[in-house]
Amino acid sequence: MSEVLVVAETTSSGVRKPTLELLTAARALGEPAAIVFGAADDAVVAALGEYGATKVYAVDAPEVGEFLSLPKAEAVVQIAQQASPVAVLLTSGPEGKDIAARVAVRLGAGVVPDATKVELAGDTVTTTQSVFAGRFQAKSEVTRGPAVVTMRPNATSAEPAAASPSVEAVSVSVSDAAKGAKITSREPKVSTGRPELTDAAVVVAGGRGVGSQEGFAVIERAADALGGAVGASRTVTDQHWAPHELQVGQTGKTVAPSLYVAAGISGAIQHRAGMQSSKTIVVVNKDPKAPIFQIADYGVVGDLHAVLPALVDEVARRKG
Amino acid sequence: MKIVVLVKHVPEPTATWKFAPDLTVDRAGVEGRLSELDEYAVEQAARLAESGAASEVVFLTVGPAKAAEGLRKALAIGGDKAVHVLDDAIHGSCALGTSLVLAKALEKVGYDLVLTGMASTDAELSVVPQMVADRLGANQATFAGELTVDGGQVSIRRDTDAASERVAVTLPAVVSVTDQTGEARYPAFKAIMAAKKKPIETMSLADLGVAADQVGLGAASVRTVDVSPTPPRTAGTIVTDEGEGGKQLADFLAGRGFI
Repeated sequence: MSEVLVVAETTSSGVRKPTLELLTAARALGEPAAIVFGAADDAVVAALGEYGATKVYAVDAPEVGEFLSLPKAEAVVQIAQQASPVAVLLTSGPEGKDIAARVAVRLGAGVVPDATKVELAGDTVTTTQSVFAGRFQAKSEVTRGPAVVTMRPNATSAEPAAASPSVEAVSVSVSDAAKGAKITSREPKVSTGRPELTDAAVVVAGGRGVGSQEGFAVIERAADALGGAVGASRTVTDQHWAPHELQVGQTGKTVAPSLYVAAGISGAIQHRAGMQSSKTIVVVNKDPKAPIFQIADYGVVGDLHAVLPALVDEVARRKG
Repeated sequence: MKIVVLVKHVPEPTATWKFAPDLTVDRAGVEGRLSELDEYAVEQAARLAESGAASEVVFLTVGPAKAAEGLRKALAIGGDKAVHVLDDAIHGSCALGTSLVLAKALEKVGYDLVLTGMASTDAELSVVPQMVADRLGANQATFAGELTVDGGQVSIRRDTDAASERVAVTLPAVVSVTDQTGEARYPAFKAIMAAKKKPIETMSLADLGVAADQVGLGAASVRTVDVSPTPPRTAGTIVTDEGEGGKQLADFLAGRGFI
């Protein structure tokens, strides 16, 4: 079986969930081989193996942290040229897209961004994408391989399938051409202690109806009661009632949690594009004509400032 | 500094989109507009021209005849002239093919800084700017939420899940900007009229030295084999809050195992 390269994302707390989803998807195409940048310590290798990685490429190049995306892209190209994989899988996001685009040009390969499904039909990699703000499902065949595919987080679930990966150290010489965009400063985001928006099983999101920065606290309290992440519509982030990284929608994050609570959000097509694959959608909105009610599994026509605090009290009472 | 902004004429997001028999988007039968996300790049270019940082601003598009409408809209916001790569053989090109045409056109037009939106609002791929940069051998910085130019250096802010980063990029470079950079101005009637007098140069594949069989549907590295409407979600239960809304919602969530 051919290798399937999976570009892994790790943090100080281990392997990110979207990477485990990629490994799960990769198993349907061939033998998953993870590419790890920086320290591939025992815990990281074990976590990748638990989800089916049969090989781990450990890339040791200090430059990958100093420059935007291109050193990583060069490393992936170098590994792909030797491994001749059937596919290269990455997580959708700014860096995933950067790497995918560069790798595709260098290998003359077809690229499919934001896939929700990836399969093998004979020798051909086929993909499914949710396109045009989620209104259509497009199936495609990659006619020039390896298929370079970025996958949306939460589109598939991560299922373990234990393997014992071998670890191969890869040394990469980063070209001067890849050093053109230097990261001069990095201000880490303050941790809220809540789950990451794209990884969370529950998301509670607020829109214009929250009314103010202070009003947005109602959303945070409801998210905490349900153990979820906090999201926001573009109106809310444009007004600086919540930070931009919480924006759900076409120009923000795409999420597909088990439960999405949209409070005070009217449901413009750009917002729906970022959340309509959620499994259960709950809407709270004063306006019964808000388009978001059309995609609700359960809707409450009412003021979020009354309904959500009542919900928080109910949750507390039921949990005793 | 010469800026070239890559722009795309796309179907109006709220229009009813259709697909042609070859499964490409039917662009002839639907109302179009300049991609909203490109307007942010156009606006940044206009601001850099006003501040004196840019000496010339050119808009470049690839698309059918109607795509010229997108160029006129961009020219109403700012800029000096536009280039339209128009050739039937380009129809159905994949990202690789499109990036080849754009890179060849940029080499012909000349540039110091290439600005783009973060994605088109039709295909939403977000990979063409990086491909163009690779083909040109230019530096690249994508998803800039803020952009400043100082001499031969561009400085951007880029926000990721983990951090807010500042990145310094040396020209020549391709930079894509997000909707965080600031809304495009609404062109005044006078600017719309003035835009009609700005020149639009049309180029063919032959003008760019690109062979017809290098691009288009036949050369595509990804082939669409099926497009179906997303099945509608089944209608849910809607209740009106008369004091019990929070409790009713809790009942629903408990029933689904969320509490």
